[in-house]
Amino acid sequence: MFKIKKNSLNKLYAAIAEAQTLYIPCNVNGKPNFAVWGEGADVDLASLKTVKSAKEVFFPQCEDIVSFKTKGKEITVIDCRKESEDFVVFGVRACDAKSFEILDKVFLSDPVDTFYKTKREHGTVITLACSRPEESCFCSAFGIDCAEPSGDVATYFSGEYLYWSPKTEKGLNLTNSLKNLLEIANDKDNLALENEQKNIREITKKLPLYGLDLSKWGADDLLEKFNSEKWQELSSACLGCGACTFVCPTCQCYDVRDFDKGNGVQRYRCWDSCMYNDFTMMAHGTPRPTQMQRFRQRFMHKLVYFPSNNGGEFSCVGCGRCVEKCPINMNIVKVIKAFGGEGK
Amino acid sequence: MMNDMLIPVVGVVTDIRRDTPDVKTFRVVGLDGKKCFEHMPGQCAMLSIPGVSEAMFSITSSPTNTEYMEFSIKKCGCLTDWLHSIDVGQQVTVRGPYGNGFPVEEDLKGKNLIFIAGGIGLAPLRSVINYVRANRSNYGKVTIVYGSRSMDDLVDFEEIKNEWANEKDFNVHLTIDRPQEGWDGHVGFVPAYVKELNLNAADTVLLCGPPIMIKFTLAALIELGFNKTQVFTTMELRMKCGIGKCGRCNIGDKYVCKDGPVFRCDQLDEMPAEY
Ligand SMILES: Cc1cc2nc3c(=O)[nH]c(=O)nc-3n(C[C@H](O)[C@H](O)[C@H](O)COP(=O)(O)OP(=O)(O)OC[C@H]3O[C@@H](n4cnc5c(N)ncnc54)[C@H](O)[C@@H]3O)c2cc1C
Ligand code: SF4
Ligand code: SF4
Ligand code: FES
Repeated sequence: MFKIKKNSLNKLYAAIAEAQTLYIPCNVNGKPNFAVWGEGADVDLASLKTVKSAKEVFFPQCEDIVSFKTKGKEITVIDCRKESEDFVVFGVRACDAKSFEILDKVFLSDPVDTFYKTKREHGTVITLACSRPEESCFCSAFGIDCAEPSGDVATYFSGEYLYWSPKTEKGLNLTNSLKNLLEIANDKDNLALENEQKNIREITKKLPLYGLDLSKWGADDLLEKFNSEKWQELSSACLGCGACTFVCPTCQCYDVRDFDKGNGVQRYRCWDSCMYNDFTMMAHGTPRPTQMQRFRQRFMHKLVYFPSNNGGEFSCVGCGRCVEKCPINMNIVKVIKAFGGEGK
Repeated sequence: MMNDMLIPVVGVVTDIRRDTPDVKTFRVVGLDGKKCFEHMPGQCAMLSIPGVSEAMFSITSSPTNTEYMEFSIKKCGCLTDWLHSIDVGQQVTVRGPYGNGFPVEEDLKGKNLIFIAGGIGLAPLRSVINYVRANRSNYGKVTIVYGSRSMDDLVDFEEIKNEWANEKDFNVHLTIDRPQEGWDGHVGFVPAYVKELNLNAADTVLLCGPPIMIKFTLAALIELGFNKTQVFTTMELRMKCGIGKCGRCNIGDKYVCKDGPVFRCDQLDEMPAEY
């Protein structure tokens, strides 16, 4: 375990950024989001939730796939992929860190998505334990301990210090390169940190969504859940705005589009939303013509279909972003509870 | 860097045949003059014209055809309109193959086969039919029931008339929706025709066509004593990636691009009715 004084963190950022790109939550236009660190950046490690999740560093909202040149009847395919450069993403919360494991199951399963893979290989994840979990948080329902996040390096705020604990080889390498900035933590530090973590876990237990029961969910009863009459009422006010899907760290749906640059065509992919009515539109119509069906799709995917394909694992990490952002105050928690999963 | 399934190769259109007023069949080979890749009957490929868009099509040629791949494409939107306007020599991009295909080497082997198609639904079945012809001794009797709106809307009409109808132990039954001058064959919808024909309820069925035709034909087959486990069909959903990642083509926990497009009809009962 290492430590660094809070007021020296800027030196740490600068040292990391000297060697590789550093993504860190910053206030940009008044909102916390992961951004590239530079001198004078308004770093915000206090806000618990960035508006968009950390998935953006591995699965960007918009990403070039392949370019084309066309001349008359001829087409040239230009592989515009680049091996990712090494980068660091700092300040990832436990829930977002867990979401990477869920996205891995999608993008790293055969056939591998090389765009995602190269970023995963070159990215070092530095997580940050949550000091003050919020009302909308329910990561504990998915077995996540926000006081002890995963990652290549886990960090924790306590007193005057940020504590630094490398967890993987990648994390050790980064730690070694920063040795002259990091002090070794002593027994007293370790004890203080343990106490801090105990405190955080106590706060977690007092959260309104603590104890959310997911036992009614998973791969079983797929058709029974699908055919439930409850979806109608749950979805009745949904606007289909897609906000819940765009802020979600585990949502993975994307669209593929072509952009004519004038001197060639750029094919790119961008986040899309199953909440939109044209998502499944085809020549003879769409299999999900109503918002109820699209709403049901989103939650069935996270709570039933994904578990069915991934050994029972849910495609939600309880980050609570959709709880905060939905304009009609509908969210996955209400869905979970409506089928008999009770809160405390 | 390793290959990525999203990055296509270039193919050249070497032949274009007009099948019907709104269906053309395109022959495609790679720039090296060879097939772009190998496939199994029922598998699909993503075709695109850069700057227009990309879409999924069944590979209608048989894998036993070693020279080229063929796609029968119905004009119905942005990309398909474009494809209908191109000339021979035009290059397109191709990626694939995608999907599971029909179980030609497993469940279908040694069986009497009944192919039932409506309209452009013949495209995936043509691949199987010609595969069966090329491996004739592995399969039993073949019955083909094919219907479309009019005589002019029958895809692959020349091949059906001149080749399939003359094949040993092949029975071909064509039907069109309404009477038409010059047509002395059967008139009526496929589901009704299926009930009139003396089909053997022990045979294995491959059924492709518009959703409504599939629904009524399946009902007719059940009435005739067929079990859903004997009937294979294909599903069509909007697709973007073709590899189970973009999240667009799922029905319940299945991705049609990867777990389909071929399903046995009893499997459909276990899936949400959302297709
Ligand atoms: C597994 C599979 C196999 C297939 N095999 C074949 C085949 O062998 N032959 C064949 O001809 N076709 C096949 N198809 C269908 C083919 O993929 C579609 O016809 C094709 O995608 C149409 O593309 P397009 O760009 O021409 O149409 P698009 O421009 O995408 O539009 C098609 C139609 O959809 C509607 N539409 C599309 N987007 C929207 C939107 N955002 N809002 C409202 N309406 C919209 C429009 O009304 C339009 O008429 C297959 C599809 C699948 C999934
Ligand atoms: S569904 Fe809501 S709570 Fe769950 S991971 Fe997505 S945004 Fe977070
Ligand atoms: S659930 Fe809420 S955030 Fe999601 S699409 Fe509906 S209205 Fe928008
Ligand atoms: S087409 Fe993308 S998941 Fe099937």
